[in-house]
Amino acid sequence: MDRFSGNFDRFSDLFNPYDSNPTNANHAIGDFTKCTRKPLVMGSTVLGLEYQDGVMIAADTLGSWGQLARYRNESRIYPVGNFTVLGAAGDMSDFQHTKHMLDSLMIKEYYTNDDHVLSTPHIYEYLSRVLYHRRSKLDPLWNTYVVGGYNNGERFLGYVDLLGTTYQSSIVATGLGAYFAQPILRNAVEGREGILTEAEAIEILNTCMKILFYRECKTLNRIQRAKVTADGVEISEPYALPTEWSFGEGIRGFGTQTQ
Amino acid sequence: MVSRVDVPKGGFNFDNYQRNLILQEKGFSLPKPTKTGTTIVGTKFKNGVVLGADTRATGDTTVMDKNCFKIHYLAPNIYGCGAGTAADTDKITKMVASQLELHRLATGRESRVATALTALTQFLFRYQGHLGAALVLGGVDVDGPHLFSVSPHGSTDKLPYLCQGSGSLAAISIFESQWRENMERDEAIELVKEAIKAGIFNDMGSGSSVDVAVIEKGRAEVCRGMEVPYPTIQKVDSYKFKPGTTAILSESFRNFVTITEGDAMDIS
Repeated sequence: MDRFSGNFDRFSDLFNPYDSNPTNANHAIGDFTKCTRKPLVMGSTVLGLEYQDGVMIAADTLGSWGQLARYRNESRIYPVGNFTVLGAAGDMSDFQHTKHMLDSLMIKEYYTNDDHVLSTPHIYEYLSRVLYHRRSKLDPLWNTYVVGGYNNGERFLGYVDLLGTTYQSSIVATGLGAYFAQPILRNAVEGREGILTEAEAIEILNTCMKILFYRECKTLNRIQRAKVTADGVEISEPYALPTEWSFGEGIRGFGTQTQ
Repeated sequence: MVSRVDVPKGGFNFDNYQRNLILQEKGFSLPKPTKTGTTIVGTKFKNGVVLGADTRATGDTTVMDKNCFKIHYLAPNIYGCGAGTAADTDKITKMVASQLELHRLATGRESRVATALTALTQFLFRYQGHLGAALVLGGVDVDGPHLFSVSPHGSTDKLPYLCQGSGSLAAISIFESQWRENMERDEAIELVKEAIKAGIFNDMGSGSSVDVAVIEKGRAEVCRGMEVPYPTIQKVDSYKFKPGTTAILSESFRNFVTITEGDAMDIS
């Protein structure tokens, strides 16, 4: 008879809180109601860049359910306060949880009634602490976030992911965007943040999102754009990008075929 | 009595597969092949094709060759860029080049790109993907300019612009944003250079400089080191030693050969 086990439910066999191996000492391990076993509804890439007037981010409006393009009107960009915007890739349920969590945070801060509002670097720091803490419990919020904002004349653009990895840069791209969009963003934006106009920034993001639609499987040709400037957050309506398919017109077969 | 001699069959020999697995479990690792971890691109333009490649060959995380040449000769009018395992791409392209030359001698005609393609796919498919060679094949023949890509398992693609290698994602993003049909020669070369540079700067497996090959009707031009994006550091001074720096203490001569007069050797 095992007198020392705390087996009250069928999941407790999997966990011993005093186990020296930290991966076995987590209460949530094995319990799918308590920890993200695997992400389900996923959002793909989010891109961000700094430009003259502030910060701009873009993401498509698809929530993929494995290989199925299930939710085609999923907004992956969310405003936090008046001067910060959050773009999310990864699991959408964890994103929704994060949205509620940040809303509560902003409301609580508002109720302290001290005229201080959490600015983008604060929100970013808070979010990265939460994400790192969750990963350390082996129960991550399975997301990659792009946090952008404009506070008192200062632009802010940062990246934080499910592992708690953080970096700030004038160019941010999650997932496959790092392979497809970052080369173009680097050429077009790096060193020119202060002189890049809004029209140019829109053009660059549209080009990159178009390439991602061409070359990444789980994307949709329906994107949303958000900008944060001195006037606040503005999230655009979803729109489609023009695509070209005429290059293949004259091609027959894949090798020696000519007709 | 003569025992039967076993002639080894061609192709790969997997007899040691089981033994190798067991050895690996015990901690003996196989040597890593030198890969080219590459960016290679090709594009058609108005009158021909432009092929481009970077010049870095990596073995795991070390740069094995910082100026290797990845644009392989297949025929006077056909060149192929190779990505994947360096040994495989080198040898395969040499073998197919020989095959094409014999074919030219037999037919008396200029080689066609589709011939090179067929030779490559038939060869690679026979080895079921064990030969890690991904190629971008381009050339101009009697039917006009052609551009193909071949993957290690033997599948082919026919497209107006193609990229292969680890840096192909960075390079294809340049093509997807700037490519257009019927470019002029210089425009195509610029685009290829930009695509390779995107691979060089954004992919760790690619680097050093850009090599370009331009193939048009009756003319193939290969430029080694067309662009060197990282500036080479010029040494401040010449570090060669002046003649006479090392003092000669003594000299001694010995004749190994005695020279005599005589008739020249008859070599008819």
